[in-house]
Amino acid sequence: MNYLENRKYVIQAIFLVVGVVYALRLFYIQVVDSSYKQAAETNAIKTVIQYPFRGLIYDRNGELLVQNTPVYDLMIVPKEARNIDTLRLASMLDITLEDARERFKKARAYSWVKPSIFQQMLSTQDFAHIQDNLIDFPGFYINARTARGYPHQSLGHALGYIAEISPKQLEDSTYAGYRPGDYIGKAGIEMAYEEYLMGKRGVKYKMVNVRGIDKGSFKDGAYDTLSIAGQNMVSTIDLDLQAYGERLMNGAKGSIVAIEPKTGEILAYISAPFYDPNLFTGKDYGKNYMQLLKDPDKTMFNRPIMADQNPPGSIFKLTQALIALEDGVIDPNTRYACNKSLVNCHPHPSPLDLRGAVQHSCNPWFFQAYKALINQGKSKNTFTDTSIGLKDWREHVLTFGFGKKLGIDIPGEKSGIIASTELYDRVYGKDRWKYSTIYSLSIGQGELGVTPLQMANFMAIVANKGYYVTPHLIRSIGEDGKPLAENYERHYTSVKPHHFDPIIEGMAEVVRAGTGRKASLGKVGITVCGKTGTAQNPQGPDHAVFVAFAPMEDPKIAIAVYVEHGKWGGQSAAPIAGLMIEQYLTDTVTIKEQEKWVLSREYLNIRSK
Amino acid sequence: MSTTQHRVLGGKIVQPSSRRQSTSVFGNLDWFTVLIYFVLVALGWMNIYAVVYSPDNVVNIFSFDINSGKQLLWIGTGVILMIVLLVVDYKVYEHLAYPIYGGIILLLLFTLAVASPVAGSRSWLELGGGVRLQPAELAKFATALAISKFLSQVSLRQQKMRDQMILAAITFLPAIIIILQNETGSALVFGAFILAFFREGMSPLILIIGGSAAAIFILTLLVPKLYLLIGIAALMGLAMFLDYRLMRRFKTMIALFVLVVGMVFSVDYFVNDVLQPHQQNRIKALINPEADPLGYGWNVTQSKIAIGSGGFWGKGFLEGTQTKFDFVPEQSTDFIFCTIGEEHGWVGSTVLIALFLLLMMRIVYIAERQKSVFGRTYGYCVVSVIFFHFVINVGMTIGLAPVVGIPLPFFSYGGSSLWSFTILLFILLAIDANRNRELVR
Repeated sequence: MNYLENRKYVIQAIFLVVGVVYALRLFYIQVVDSSYKQAAETNAIKTVIQYPFRGLIYDRNGELLVQNTPVYDLMIVPKEARNIDTLRLASMLDITLEDARERFKKARAYSWVKPSIFQQMLSTQDFAHIQDNLIDFPGFYINARTARGYPHQSLGHALGYIAEISPKQLEDSTYAGYRPGDYIGKAGIEMAYEEYLMGKRGVKYKMVNVRGIDKGSFKDGAYDTLSIAGQNMVSTIDLDLQAYGERLMNGAKGSIVAIEPKTGEILAYISAPFYDPNLFTGKDYGKNYMQLLKDPDKTMFNRPIMADQNPPGSIFKLTQALIALEDGVIDPNTRYACNKSLVNCHPHPSPLDLRGAVQHSCNPWFFQAYKALINQGKSKNTFTDTSIGLKDWREHVLTFGFGKKLGIDIPGEKSGIIASTELYDRVYGKDRWKYSTIYSLSIGQGELGVTPLQMANFMAIVANKGYYVTPHLIRSIGEDGKPLAENYERHYTSVKPHHFDPIIEGMAEVVRAGTGRKASLGKVGITVCGKTGTAQNPQGPDHAVFVAFAPMEDPKIAIAVYVEHGKWGGQSAAPIAGLMIEQYLTDTVTIKEQEKWVLSREYLNIRSK
Repeated sequence: MSTTQHRVLGGKIVQPSSRRQSTSVFGNLDWFTVLIYFVLVALGWMNIYAVVYSPDNVVNIFSFDINSGKQLLWIGTGVILMIVLLVVDYKVYEHLAYPIYGGIILLLLFTLAVASPVAGSRSWLELGGGVRLQPAELAKFATALAISKFLSQVSLRQQKMRDQMILAAITFLPAIIIILQNETGSALVFGAFILAFFREGMSPLILIIGGSAAAIFILTLLVPKLYLLIGIAALMGLAMFLDYRLMRRFKTMIALFVLVVGMVFSVDYFVNDVLQPHQQNRIKALINPEADPLGYGWNVTQSKIAIGSGGFWGKGFLEGTQTKFDFVPEQSTDFIFCTIGEEHGWVGSTVLIALFLLLMMRIVYIAERQKSVFGRTYGYCVVSVIFFHFVINVGMTIGLAPVVGIPLPFFSYGGSSLWSFTILLFILLAIDANRNRELVR
């Protein structure tokens, strides 16, 4: 019996060994290996990013331009989506089985491991139902986000758009705090005011059970941070005017920029052809973007601030005259003969004083006035004299906002070109060029490039008789609508206010009885001051320009209309400007024949002379 | 047995038998075991509450709407049951061992015939009023009684083939019926009696061969077959080289090796064709739960996460997230150990393991002090069953044993289980309290 009794030690040893092995194993998984703790956290504690509402954008009259719509996308990660009951899924989403299979295929084709949208923008009821059943569909999850919505389909170029942050931006320290998948302003106001619009992200730590159902906040929300909604903004845009301008430009190419002269507030900002900004909010964003990018009309080209290669044409004569007046080389009564041997012109009375020269846009007049400005005899050497004259002239021109970025509050602005001594020295060699080389500047051709925004700003300067406020699209940030002080600083030109009077009078004549008659609002008692222009285009029909402001006595709107291939400013651009001015000032349009003419697009068929 | 051992194992509570004068069952009761019993039951009850506890909706621990309240009912009735077991004449257990066994076998067959399947298992007997009984649980003590009775009449050492066959039949008859009821987990428990047989004289070779077979089975699933066989051949060669006696049994060794080869190659067949899919998955989960953490590996993975997240001191009572939020399945019954691991950490887990070791050591001690073979064998049967449950239940939660749906004794939620272990243990305590009346055979 004794030796059998000893077997109890064997049995007790087995117990002890098992106990010790288990205790050691527990020590390993509980104390040594920390991976289980992390797994438990990812298991039961869900980090939920609280995306703030992006700020809304209103027009100057309180009309909503940009809104947020909450959308729930059903996402799929094909790698994890195994053993899916496709039939049930299809019935849950109310799509056909074939459709569901097609979507699987598409998701797999896109990426095996990266999530893609299986069904976008679920309805709220669908969302709740699907959320509850998600456990049966591994690899699927719901992504809640807000999409931008544009109730008026207009103003795309100014508003810009938001899109997923790019991998390149993610590496950039400027964008620290952004995470993959975040949306960020990519152009226009959305990009420029990103820091105000985006708000502040919050984080919520939630406990969830195995079915992903919320079981309350972790540690009573001690580590949670609240999201702070982005700030709403008030734009300077007048939506009615904007929409009307878009209607007028529909089918054409070019720009309209309208500015309130005293404040620099941009009332209308049109780049034609334009696009519906809603194209950039949906699933087909990428496709739509590429399509627009490749389109031959260059829809994505933000013409008002980027088209800076075109000479301003005759409208620049006003600038030349103003500088000549300031420099004292002419006075309002200076007369020059219309000498067609200097530069070609069209039939009109001659000789003319300054007002008449503006009204008839007399090329030889400005040839001579500009020559007087450039060659003031400050040096006996003609070449040196021209160089000195051009240098002084250029300084004046720059104070008008030409040749530099005005500083509009959206990205992408170009500076334009203003002829300089350095440019001519480089092209012709120092002291190898004189007035006869550069005389086309006198009539706004040659080495000049001006953006439509700069043209409109120039009109604001004339309307203000000597200063401008940097044109801008956002009036105020936040609900209270307090204007941004930095947007309302006045920039004075080098020309004294009284010199503007004869120019303005000449411009009124242009519209009353000159080339800009189609912009006339005499019928409704509004005096429009304007100037036509034609930008020579070696590639095809010339581009038409018309700049104007009104009313003459107390200017409320300054406008530049640029119609590509519009040939004659008076035929295409002028009526558009007149219609815009009337619409803005009176909220109605009475010059219906002009509207009909513009909408008929007939002006594109006028034969060039 | 010497008094020295009494002191070592029993501590102060155990008195030398000469001083034991009381004839009352309660006077001679082994209160130390009773204490461990109640500590385990109370801890189990608190952990059952912790599982259902939800900070959003706090329900009183005593509420009968939740498991902890119901468990309290089982505990209360369990106390009545134990008093009955202690008061009944202890002779009954020995004298009525076979009738009890026979009755239970009939009950098992009856259950198999009439039970409607619950989750694929036909082991539950509806008693009416929502109360259900699982006769398979009762089969454990009945079989233990029958085995003890049989062994008190024959000796295993006499190597009589007939006796061994009868013993095997007594042991495995209930197991087979339980397998037919589709409760393979509970049936496996009957294999645990091998420990009791070992104590009573079974050849240790069976224990060694059984252990080796299990080891080879597991290794076959883990290691490429060729390497495994080369390794086994090398080991056998080494053994023969070291012990010249084995060299003389060369043919036996070759036969043994052939047997191993056969076993290694039949493992695949066994796993893929004999086992049911859910059983296959449990084997796979044991080998590599990470292969399919959301599928067959879910239980093991989640249970390890819950326990592992407890750390050294644990998250604190009612502070667990993994068990509370249903990440671990069956967390109040089969996976109750996860709650301890998560909320009480390594310290709590180790204390629980220590409690079980203490209980098992104490039962071995009690068994050894019996004067009758019946009492001693029964004691070993009791400890075998508890040990098997403990090894498998705790082992599966920490990935050291396959997932077999058997409860942690005294701890898991459930009336059948608690009653079954209470009966098992208190019959032993009843016999032990009366051991001085027993004459040495």
